[in-house]
Formats: sequence, C-alpha cells, structure tokens
Amino acid sequence: MNRTRRVDLRRFPAFATVSVLLLVFLYLPLLVVVVYAFNTGRIATIWEGFSLHWFGDVVANADIRNATLTSLQVAAVATVCSVVLAIGIALGLAALRRTARGAVMLVAGAPLVLPEIVLAVATLAMFAFLDVPLGMTTVTLAHIAFCVPFALLPIRARLADMDQRVFEAAADLGASPWRVFRRVTLPLLAPGIVAGALMAFIVSLDDFLITFFVAGPGTTTLPIYIYGMLRVGITPAVNALSTLILLVSLLVLAAAYFAGRKRG
Amino acid sequence: MTDPVTPLTPGTAQPPADDPADGLAASAAPGTARTRPGRASSSGARRVHRPAGQGARSSVLPGTLFLLALVGAPLVIVVAYSFMSRGMFGVGVAGPFSVDSYVRLLFDTQLDGSKIFDPRYIGVFWQSIWLAALTTVCCAVLAFPMAVWMATRSPRTRALLVFAVTIPFWTNTLVRTYAWVLILNDNGPVSGLLGTPIGLLYTPFATAVGLVYVSLPFMILPVYSSAEKFDFRLAEAAYDLGARRLTILRRVVYPAVRPGLVAGVVLVFIPSLGAFLQPQLLGGGKSLMIGNLIEQQFGASRNWPLGSAVAVALLVLTLLTLMGFALAGRRGGQKVSLM
Repeated sequence: MNRTRRVDLRRFPAFATVSVLLLVFLYLPLLVVVVYAFNTGRIATIWEGFSLHWFGDVVANADIRNATLTSLQVAAVATVCSVVLAIGIALGLAALRRTARGAVMLVAGAPLVLPEIVLAVATLAMFAFLDVPLGMTTVTLAHIAFCVPFALLPIRARLADMDQRVFEAAADLGASPWRVFRRVTLPLLAPGIVAGALMAFIVSLDDFLITFFVAGPGTTTLPIYIYGMLRVGITPAVNALSTLILLVSLLVLAAAYFAGRKRG
Repeated sequence: MTDPVTPLTPGTAQPPADDPADGLAASAAPGTARTRPGRASSSGARRVHRPAGQGARSSVLPGTLFLLALVGAPLVIVVAYSFMSRGMFGVGVAGPFSVDSYVRLLFDTQLDGSKIFDPRYIGVFWQSIWLAALTTVCCAVLAFPMAVWMATRSPRTRALLVFAVTIPFWTNTLVRTYAWVLILNDNGPVSGLLGTPIGLLYTPFATAVGLVYVSLPFMILPVYSSAEKFDFRLAEAAYDLGARRLTILRRVVYPAVRPGLVAGVVLVFIPSLGAFLQPQLLGGGKSLMIGNLIEQQFGASRNWPLGSAVAVALLVLTLLTLMGFALAGRRGGQKVSLM
C-alpha cells in the first residue's frame, strides 16, 4: 500500500504544488487580516507599527458587545430549535414511504439549495405580507429555518451508521417508544446531534444576508454591525474585530475536531 | 488503511444522503416481512412493523411544517408579489395582476408609451452567469488536483487536510470577503508589492477572486470525497498497462471523481449566481450581479414587484441549473447527491 502511494506521488508532480499553493491561497487572506489588526496606524491598510490598542477599542465598544450578544442569542435559540426539528425529521424519515420521504427531503434541503438572496427577500416579503414587525423574532425564525438542513446532515449520517437492530432489541425487550428514544436513540445519536448543533450554531453566527433583510433597524447582529462599519470605511477596528471572530471560530472548530477524534 | 482489499471505504465526512436511508429501507422492509411471523409469537409484536426505534412518521411534521411556513410560503408570496404593482409611496405592493415587472426586465417604457429594448437588467443576468461560470471553472480546475493529491496522502494527513480545507469554510464569510478588500485595495499589500496601485479593487476581477475564494471548499470537499473512494491501484494498473499520465487522469481518475465534480459544480455555481457580498464589497458599482439588483429593488429603489420578478428569475435559473446537473449526473451513470 505504501509503495503504491509513493508511486502515485511521482505520477502527478504538479498536483502537490497546486495543493500547497491552494492552502496558501486559503489561509493568506486570513493572515493578512490578523496582521493588520495589530497595526498602529489609523489608516487600516498602511503598516505603521505594532499595537494592541484596536483590540482594546473593540472590547470597550458597547455597540459591538450588544451586537455580539444579539448574535449569540439568535444562534443559541436557532441551534436548539433547529436541532430538535432536525431530530424529528431524521427519525421520522425512515418510517416514510419513498415518495413522502423525497418530499420531506426536498423541503428540508430547500434552504441549502435556494439562493440565499431569494430566501432573504422572500422571507421579508412574507413578514411584510403578514404585517409582522421586523426584529429579534423574525431574525430568529428565519435562522431556525436555514439551520435545519445543516443540523439534519450529521444527524441523518449518524442515524444511517447506527445498527438498526438495537431499536428492535429494545422494543422487543418491552421498552415503550418514548423509552427507546430516551435511553437508546438519543445516546447513540449524541455525536450526530453535537455535530449538527455545532454546524447550526456556526451557520447562524455566520449569516449576513438573510439577517440583513429581516432584522429591521433595531436588531443588529455582529455581521450586520461589521457590514455597517465597512460602509463607513476600512478601519483597523474592523481588522481587530475580524481577528477576534476568526479566533473564536478556530477555537470552536478545534474543540469540535478533538472531541470528534476522541470519540473516534 | 487497515484492509487494502476493500475497494470502497465509505467517506467519513458525509455519506451521500439518500443512499443510506434508501438502503436501510430496502433492507429493513423485506427483513421485517420475513421475521414478522417468527416474532409474532414474541412480545412487542404490534410495534415491530414500523422501522424499530426510528420513531413515528409524524415526527417529521413539526420540522416539515415549520420549513413549509418559513421557506415554502415565502416563495409563494414572492412569486405573487412579482405579478403585482408598486404600492402607494413605494411601500410594499398593490393592485391587480400584472406582468409589468417581467416586461420591465426586458423593455423600458418611453414617455409616449412605446417600449424599447433595455439591455441593462439582462446585462446584469449575463454578467452574473458569466462570473458564476468563471468561478465554477476556476474552482473545478484548482480543486481537482488538490482533491486527488489529498486522497493519495496517508489517512492521518488526509484527516488534517480535510480539516484545513474546512476551517475557512466555517469562518465568517463577511470577514473572508473583507480580507480581499484589505488585500486588493490601492494601499494594500498587492499594490505595495507591485510598487504602484493598479486599481484591482472594485473590478469584476476582484469579484471573481472573492467568489473563488469563498467557493473553493465547496468544490474541494465533494471532489475529495469521491477521490477518497477511488482505488488508486487502478491508476497504477493503467500505468503498468502503458497508459500515459494524462490518459490515466482522463480515462481512469476523472470518471471516478466525476460525481464529486458534478456536486461541486452545483454547490459553487448556484451560490455564486446569487452572490451579494462579493460583488457588493469587491466589485463596487462595476460588477453588479443579480443579488445586488434584488437588494437594490427591495432597498433603495423600493420596487418590490420588480425585485420579486428578478428573484423569481434567479429561482428559475437555479432550478434549471439543478435539473441540468441532475441529468448530467444521471448520464454519468452515477447518482449525484448534494445532501
């Protein structure tokens, strides 16, 4: 096996170069943001020296704190709700007939496939049609909707990997459906649920476009706030804030990676 | 690799969605049918004809109904809005059925009521399709070698590489797009290296770079998940039989990773077609795409019916793309699944 691999290596020599360049391409821009975040100067793009004071500015900014809290609050509610809905869909799907299953998958997959801008204006149009005032509630509802497919993916994958006979065994031993769900399905499904929750959480935190349309003037999530800052102009504070966001994403992902590896 | 004889090790990242459930249903149905007589004598027989423990069918209802209300209903409303007229004072929509918004996409009405062809909106569509196609081709050309290279690493390195490609994918899209504003602007590092500002930012080129940048993981990951299942001893065999490297790539490796490529093309093309942030932040006013047009109509221009018509047009383009790639996948003889 190893020998074969080494022969493959020599087969397509340019592939390794392309790959390394692509990895650089993927990470260099992020590195640039981080480096400029430590720039002293007021003009974001001209390097004048090392400084931490933009981070201080970001942390001290009450608007940024509020936007962060709003983002976290929306993401937390959207994660819990979308995961619950996704578990329901994942468990029920297998019991459905083929056509019904296809229909449910179409509905559940729609937010993933539809262009985000279409979903954004359509959701806005519906809230306007129903005269629902825009705010926290509309943002959270919209987030739950587009988080469901992301939560569903790992939960379904986990369910498909599970040995279906354990459920039968539990039922045969006299466990009620609810007891089977609580004592067998949920614990076995847990890694999928954790992965799904993580995906939903990150996707919710990341969202700009849908939030932009359904938030209304009073509700500012972090991406909306950053977008507002960018419209005023590039400032070093944007770099510092972006760096903090990157750092948080990295920590969450690293935690997920090592948690996943430990579980095997 | 523990067992080199096993040709296909299912991808750990994400198994094609439909297959597991289909296989599960297919294997469960006859299984239950066969075992039911035997089990009828044991306890709990009444429950068994439902796939055990999977829960009742009705458990799909809350999620499905919620999505119908928050995705299905809005789509119906936006289609309805596209056939209406602007509301009073430019707020919302009003009035009887009209196809004016769709006519407006192609024609401009003169003061005397005559209509002349107006290429502006169609131009935006053309620009979007062209930029999305360019993005898709760039991603495919770059992702193919990388995915194949990743698939030929040791399992440990592979896991790390998948993780490395996944990280940018999970970091904030706005931040990643903004990074290119920082890099490409006239005071930025690119201009610094060249010694003179060359006006890279606020061009279609900048939009394309941003689109390729945010889309690349969507291409690398599905192509990789196909390449990972490919048994590279087949390439070795082809080599031993005298095939050249290019022939091996074209005739042996490419067919094997084709389902991943098709999935990747869909995952890159559709979001790029409806992109908003990249043309907005990187393209300036010069590379307006469909997404920006829709945003303008719902925002500053306050013409919701026209915005809805553009959104419906984008939706139709999306569905046509999906159908096209579903056909392409079927012709390849392999099922392509996105979820």
